[in-house]
Amino acid sequence: MTLSRRTMIKIGGAAVALPLLGSTAFGQAEKLKIGFIYVGSINDNGYNYAHNQGRIFVQDQLGDAVETVYVENVPEGPDCERVLRELAQQGCKLIFATSFGFGDSVIKVAAQFPDVAFEHATGYMPAANVGLYNARFYEGRAVCGTIAGHMSKTGKAGYIGSFPIPEVVMGINALALSGRRVNPNFTVKPVYISTWNDPAKEADAARAMIDQGIDIVAQHTDGPAALQVAAERGIIGGFGQGADMSAFAPDTQLTAIIDNWGPHYLASAKAVIDGTWVPGNTWEGLKEEVVEMGPYNAKVPADVVADAEKVRTGQIDGSFHIFTGPIKDNTGVERVAAGVVMTDGELLSMDWYVEGVEQPA
Amino acid sequence: MDLTLAIIVTVVGASTPILIAALGELVVERSGVLNLGVEGMMLIGAIAGFVVQFHTGNPYLALLCGAAAGMASSLIFGFLTLSLSANQTATGLALTIFGTGFSALAGSSYSARPVSLMEPLFPAELAAHPVWKVLFSYSFPVYFSFIMVVVIWYFLHKTRAGLILRAVGENDQSAHSIGYSVIGVRYMAVMFGGAMAGLAGACFPLLLTPQWAERMTAGRGWIAVALVVFASWKPFRLLAGAYLFGLVMTMELYAKAGGGVLSIIPSELWAALPYIATIVVLVLISLRRDASTNAPACLGKPFLPSN
Repeated sequence: MTLSRRTMIKIGGAAVALPLLGSTAFGQAEKLKIGFIYVGSINDNGYNYAHNQGRIFVQDQLGDAVETVYVENVPEGPDCERVLRELAQQGCKLIFATSFGFGDSVIKVAAQFPDVAFEHATGYMPAANVGLYNARFYEGRAVCGTIAGHMSKTGKAGYIGSFPIPEVVMGINALALSGRRVNPNFTVKPVYISTWNDPAKEADAARAMIDQGIDIVAQHTDGPAALQVAAERGIIGGFGQGADMSAFAPDTQLTAIIDNWGPHYLASAKAVIDGTWVPGNTWEGLKEEVVEMGPYNAKVPADVVADAEKVRTGQIDGSFHIFTGPIKDNTGVERVAAGVVMTDGELLSMDWYVEGVEQPA
Repeated sequence: MDLTLAIIVTVVGASTPILIAALGELVVERSGVLNLGVEGMMLIGAIAGFVVQFHTGNPYLALLCGAAAGMASSLIFGFLTLSLSANQTATGLALTIFGTGFSALAGSSYSARPVSLMEPLFPAELAAHPVWKVLFSYSFPVYFSFIMVVVIWYFLHKTRAGLILRAVGENDQSAHSIGYSVIGVRYMAVMFGGAMAGLAGACFPLLLTPQWAERMTAGRGWIAVALVVFASWKPFRLLAGAYLFGLVMTMELYAKAGGGVLSIIPSELWAALPYIATIVVLVLISLRRDASTNAPACLGKPFLPSN
């Protein structure tokens, strides 16, 4: 039902027509032009907002050495290819594609522009000039889950997901596992709404779950709509996703998972400028401060904060990993043996739910 | 029981903006004009309503300004299609694109700024009992939408002005030849449709999610346009259609979130139901011989006086 979207190219910085130079090396003597494409609006207060903050960080840090350009609201599909191609033709030598669904387009366009460095967020397909970067959001989910497990009275949390991709499945599982560490009867109900950004649908999904007994809501969509419904209905609480959303629900956001992409973007930009860029595959989390936690709400009891902090610091110093066996799936089959930690590869292809997650309808 | 009532409340919330916008479009199309800009006008109404609510905290003023903004944007469409006889389909699409971009621009400094929801129209004591809650827990636009169904039906079928409007939509040359201002009538209809779309858009930040988000109407303007055809240009059918769509959109989520009785019908089927229903209705319409006369005969055609 959506209109064929017109994407607007907004050019940051001075509107200088840069000549296209036939440089084949990644090293840049002239100003480096960096492109970013976002699946949603930079004003979503969440995921895309956080990526754009990363862009602004790079621009601030490197000043005149770089020019950053972004295109927002890029649909995941053929149109994405067009936008990527346009950015490359405009002279961008480093392009960040910040949504999972851009993957196929990135691979195609990257093959046509071998002298442009591409980086794809949360993806899994590398290439000669396509690097991958991701954040260990699940570490933040483990902190949230600890709070949810302690504070939920009904023992049921709702989880609004966009699409059942490994990134989202992993987050649901991390919330359930950490919640069940403190409350063995804790369960998570996922509802997929097939969109990243439809506030009214996110809100209705939250209403549907709250009306059926959940008292904690988490979401893996781009905006704060679910938190607002949580506040409206007066349930125990929810979590900010992507950015601190406490402005929308001051008494309801228990904490938030904050994406902090700036340091990664800065490192990649510097590498391209120095000519040292190689396609990487980074997956950083709380330790590298790519994932940060928002402030704990005053209504979270001190002992719960202490436990949440233990989970947070344990993940920073490496003493705690939420995906440590024994882990059963939600049909009762043991998937991870006791003491075994799931590998990154296993996590990134996770397509099953842990015990305590209701199978999505 | 409580769950049923809770579902009804959610369905009403989901259906109201669609109904209001579709009622406006129904009047526009009855006058022979096809305005595909509903989605864009809704977004303009949404940002106008949001901004006014944010600065004044007066939701009635916010609704009014949402309607005014929608009406102003419809005048762009009206000028191009009525005064300049531009192609209505293309102009309507352009209006939607314009509304999407303009609302994003106007709203860019309003992210991370929540507003308060519109209060229910009736005192809370009246809605205390769960059964009464179903009737009395809503804010003004919900009751307004029901009243407008009756008002528009009465206007179209029982008043002289309504007859003129339908005449302009059915046969613009004849209406013109007996002295009615086709362009004037159509301007009024387009402005009314714009006001209704703007009001429907303002319902998003005031009733559903008290925030501004780009494209927050997420395609519901298109559902409104489709509903007018679905309802074969009749207000009471439109009411039924809007609530059918609202019901299935909501039930999909309740079925996903719930267990037990709600999961008897899989959520995928709920998600598919609006489209199945649309096909069924279109088939039924085409089976009836007289049904083709339901569409206003001059729908989408620019008016060029023959003399």
